[in-house]
Amino acid sequence: MIKNHRFEPTEVKVPAGKRVKLTVHNQDPTPEEFESHKLNREKVIPAGAKAVIFIGPLQPGKYEFFGEYNEATARGAVVAE
Amino acid sequence: MFATALIVFRETLEAALFVGIVAAATRGMAGRARWLASGVGAGVLGAVALAAGADKLSVLADGIGQDLVNAGILSVALAMLAWHCIWVSTHGREMSLDAKRLGSSVREGSNGPRALTVAVALAVLREGAETVLFVAGLATGAAADSHSLMLAAAMGLAAGVVLGLLIYFGLSRVKPQHLFAVTNVLIVVLAAAIASQLARALAQSGLVELWSGPVWDSSRVLATDSPVGTVLHALAGYDATPSGLQLAFYVGTLLVIGIATRQVRQHQRQRLPHPPAGPLVRAR
Repeated sequence: MIKNHRFEPTEVKVPAGKRVKLTVHNQDPTPEEFESHKLNREKVIPAGAKAVIFIGPLQPGKYEFFGEYNEATARGAVVAE
Repeated sequence: MFATALIVFRETLEAALFVGIVAAATRGMAGRARWLASGVGAGVLGAVALAAGADKLSVLADGIGQDLVNAGILSVALAMLAWHCIWVSTHGREMSLDAKRLGSSVREGSNGPRALTVAVALAVLREGAETVLFVAGLATGAAADSHSLMLAAAMGLAAGVVLGLLIYFGLSRVKPQHLFAVTNVLIVVLAAAIASQLARALAQSGLVELWSGPVWDSSRVLATDSPVGTVLHALAGYDATPSGLQLAFYVGTLLVIGIATRQVRQHQRQRLPHPPAGPLVRAR
């Protein structure tokens, strides 16, 4: 989820080699764009909305993501194990 | 503040380059300014409507409503661009020969530019909706310095438009007899880029599971978010880590348009076994 322009939790562990459904709940009063170059995903999430994003199957490793509209604070990563 | 301008610039860039290329591709066509303006206008109105409905949209279809709309917009835009490319190949010779004659063929009710009008509207709609959402968020979020943030957003928008104008005037320097060949290549590549984005939207929404792994990773050589990467992404659909499906869609689009264009040309040649001599016939 997103709160105060930060992701919570900042690290999400997912199984490697499997397709994973991420649900991001934006609890801020402003929209955010979930973006990750490593995951090759981007999706705008309106204020207060939940978004579903499918990722993977991933090789083991760390995949950083960020909120494009608040890049300084909104940072996190998906860790595939 | 700079970050705000940069975000709006990035969102504007793609649509601005698109409109710039289309404007260059249709130089000399009758009523061009009118239908280009109506395409951009319809796109802006649609963007505002889409942004206003974004909250409702995002909860539809189990959280993938937005991806579905996105995929729909991309599909129609792709069809329109492909149609235009094939249409141009049948009129290309008239176009490079005599823009006025082309103007009359447009008045006679050809569908080519109409397809481009729709494509322009959709490009503005898609990129514009994100910009409107972002700016609306700024207006409600940061009450303290919302004026300077709005100014920054306007600057970002202006910078995007300037780049669109640059590509338009850059293309306008191309000799008229080559212009349509050049812009047509650019439009085919834009179509392929849209196909690649469509593939990503389908994978992101979970609708398609096929070939979702990255084929390569060139982010160390040229990151997608670097300045050059951003422009290449907007112009040619560059992606540092494209999935197999994106690549298949990209190459598939190039092939389909290429083959269809060739077929149409051959068909025309068969219908005209003795092409008129003179400037119409050009060595290939």
